[in-house]
Amino acid sequence: MASTVIANSTPSPAKAFARRLVGGDQLAFAITLTFASSILLVTVLLVWQLYSKSAAARQQFGFGFFTSSVWDPSHEIFGALPFIYGTLLTSALALLIAVPLGVGAAIFLSEMAPRRLSNIATFLVELLAAVPSVIYGLLAIFTLIPLLRTYGEPFLRATLGFLPFFNGPIYGVGYLAAGIILAIMTFPFIISLSREALMDVPNDQREAALALGATKWEATWQAVVPFARLGIIGSIFLGLARALGETMAVTMVIGNTPTISASLFAPGTTIAASIANEFAEASGDIYLASLIYLALVLFLLTMVINGLARILILATTKKGSALA
Amino acid sequence: MMDSRTRRRYAINNFMLGLTGLCTLFTVSILFLILGYLVYNGGKSLDWDFFTKLPLSPGENGGGMANAIVGSMKMIFVATAIGVPVGFLGGVYLSEFGGRTFPYLIRYMADLLNGVPSIVIGIFAWTVVVVPMRHFSAWAGGFALALMLIPITVRSTEQFLRAVPNSLREGALALGASKWETVASVVVPASLSGVLTGIILGVARIAGETAPLLFTALNNQFWSNGLNEPTASLPVMIFTHAIAPYDDWHRQAWAAGLVLITMVLLSNIAARFILARGTTRR
Amino acid sequence: MATPGVASASPVHTTPKLKTSGMYFYYGAFQALHDISLEVETQRITALIGPSGCGKSTFLRTLNRISDTVKNARWEGQILLDNQDIRELDVTNLRRRVGMVFQRPNPFPKSIFDNIAYGPRVNGVKGNLSEIVEKSLRRAALWDEVKDKLQKSAYALSGGQQQRLCIARALAVDPEVLLLDEPCSALDPIATAKIEDLLISIKDQCTIVIVTHNMQQAARVADTTGFFLLGKLIEFAKTDIIFKNPEKKQTEDYITGRFG
Repeated sequence: MASTVIANSTPSPAKAFARRLVGGDQLAFAITLTFASSILLVTVLLVWQLYSKSAAARQQFGFGFFTSSVWDPSHEIFGALPFIYGTLLTSALALLIAVPLGVGAAIFLSEMAPRRLSNIATFLVELLAAVPSVIYGLLAIFTLIPLLRTYGEPFLRATLGFLPFFNGPIYGVGYLAAGIILAIMTFPFIISLSREALMDVPNDQREAALALGATKWEATWQAVVPFARLGIIGSIFLGLARALGETMAVTMVIGNTPTISASLFAPGTTIAASIANEFAEASGDIYLASLIYLALVLFLLTMVINGLARILILATTKKGSALA
Repeated sequence: MMDSRTRRRYAINNFMLGLTGLCTLFTVSILFLILGYLVYNGGKSLDWDFFTKLPLSPGENGGGMANAIVGSMKMIFVATAIGVPVGFLGGVYLSEFGGRTFPYLIRYMADLLNGVPSIVIGIFAWTVVVVPMRHFSAWAGGFALALMLIPITVRSTEQFLRAVPNSLREGALALGASKWETVASVVVPASLSGVLTGIILGVARIAGETAPLLFTALNNQFWSNGLNEPTASLPVMIFTHAIAPYDDWHRQAWAAGLVLITMVLLSNIAARFILARGTTRR
Repeated sequence: MATPGVASASPVHTTPKLKTSGMYFYYGAFQALHDISLEVETQRITALIGPSGCGKSTFLRTLNRISDTVKNARWEGQILLDNQDIRELDVTNLRRRVGMVFQRPNPFPKSIFDNIAYGPRVNGVKGNLSEIVEKSLRRAALWDEVKDKLQKSAYALSGGQQQRLCIARALAVDPEVLLLDEPCSALDPIATAKIEDLLISIKDQCTIVIVTHNMQQAARVADTTGFFLLGKLIEFAKTDIIFKNPEKKQTEDYITGRFG
């Protein structure tokens, strides 16, 4: 009786054979596995290339590479200290500016602002993350640099000139400009991730503090923010990793001079900026190997920082962050 | 009746409310500043020539960046052709077929690749494509961009596939579908808007990248034939023109910047729109 | 129209549709089912009742081997469909012959038409899809309600309608057995009544096994009932006997509400 209800319900043999065997599943597994493995292969290859192509420089300079500040292509002597100094200095500057502003904005968006406003503002901030680096550089050259040269840096020199940081000739381009543009590029990451970490804090934390008579700010600063601290720190590390590897905006505003100077007004360079500037014209094995050595250093640095960021952010999503 | 301590606490409360609000205002206004400057300066400089003519020699006024636009499109095409299949199928593996340890390893590698600074990606592409070929090319540039597109695509594909409820998979299996049929005819279609969004956002991201192209595709003042020659791209053109000392080149840089930012922001907004529509209709 | 609980007028089949012997089920180290042996009569409704966590759903999900998709799950013993060991059958073919409806409605994010047509399409069934879709929707008593909106998303339907859609979807591949895992637990009494009526109306064409925690439902629709407790099959008999004159004390305690 059942088989007369639906006409000819047995599968046609051709289709049954071609599509339905377990082999179909095995083939799909094999294909997707192959493509997934290629990701593994390419990453391993990348690390290998960085390591092997920098061998000449590593053998020649060893760890002295990091302590010497002589960068002389014509005599084939390469020391990376100015680049490392510049990288660390600009990143530190960027964080110094971006963290208070970013965490402050995240607190506002998570705790103080009405939800709709918070969502719209977060959307706009996240759009900032989509702006290409070269456009930040373009804007910086024609807006930030003149502003710094004419108003910003003279003002700082006049007020804080007793400190070695704010002392020295003013060009406009330099560490300060790079630090500021990096800070702007780091905002979206810190704000977006810190806001999420704050929003993840269970409501009973806020209510407990408020029920004890705390003001909104006190409850936020003393109960909510500490609970989310791992996520916030994770976002800072992520921002740091981004800042360390930033190339185009930095190279357009830092002046590209391989020297070390205490003055923030002075031109300098970073690892990424120097590679960008010199690689295309580099000739000679040691020169190339040294630049690749720099790339290896940058890679390891960002890998470590990213790894720490991941651990911190994962720790907050798995359980209550205050317990760590 | 408030005592002075309480008054002070409320004062701090209101002050911090204002201060954090200012931080937010400051960061949000940066976006508008960026757009404003680009629209103003770029709008002044953008003309039909920009899209149709080649760049002229320094010192001559006029010309355009037609070759850069085409060059960018060529390399984005190569990058997408390599990156999307790898990323998508890799994501399918991680979400639907994988076990425990190997997928963990793949995910870790994808995250690692994602965190590599773009200039280092450029160096890697140089060592594996430019050096054997002995010249710069759009292939190398496209390859470098593909390397950046892959981790983005893998993560978002896996994320949206995983979000499909298991009850749908069981429903399909219970009807006699095999595993891959379930994935292809139920899971992927159910997550399509999310997966597409991820791809669009990834492509928008690589379209603006400069550093990986600096020593892979290099640059070109003229048209490039096919994919085997140094190729101009919009981001690299913006870079070279912005740092040059010629006013007319600056004008061109603004125009190019406006075109690039428009394309990037429109893609971002379109992607979010697709995502929102996709999830509410279901 | 067949009436529930009373021996049907159609001829009695001697071979049980489904037969399990000595079936044990494990999730890792945890044993979920102990020595289940029962026979499901063809073209009848068999209900499985028992308190939460007693293993009845686990048992049901083994019958179409959907339990195979859970990582640490394994079972021992024998399960026969028409005297064939289900382990030896191609699993996708088994699942076409033994359909399943789940506790919460799970229509695909596709149109109503495409939901019903999914089974036939994926199994390569020949024939006019529109006819198959209409027949299935009629069997599920849903045709009149959706016939003008076949292209609309399945999610536009109410919960009860979605569940009937899932039943129609399962029926579209013309299964010999239909397994239902607490199909009405997420539905209101009116929707529940509609589904119970439709089950009774299709049992002539299809053997039905239904897991339910609602005893009244079992009493209303089932010809045979099995009582599970802590992974064991305590009693398995005609519904009348289970509810009016149970053999085992545990059955009686459960029926009268003394626990569970």
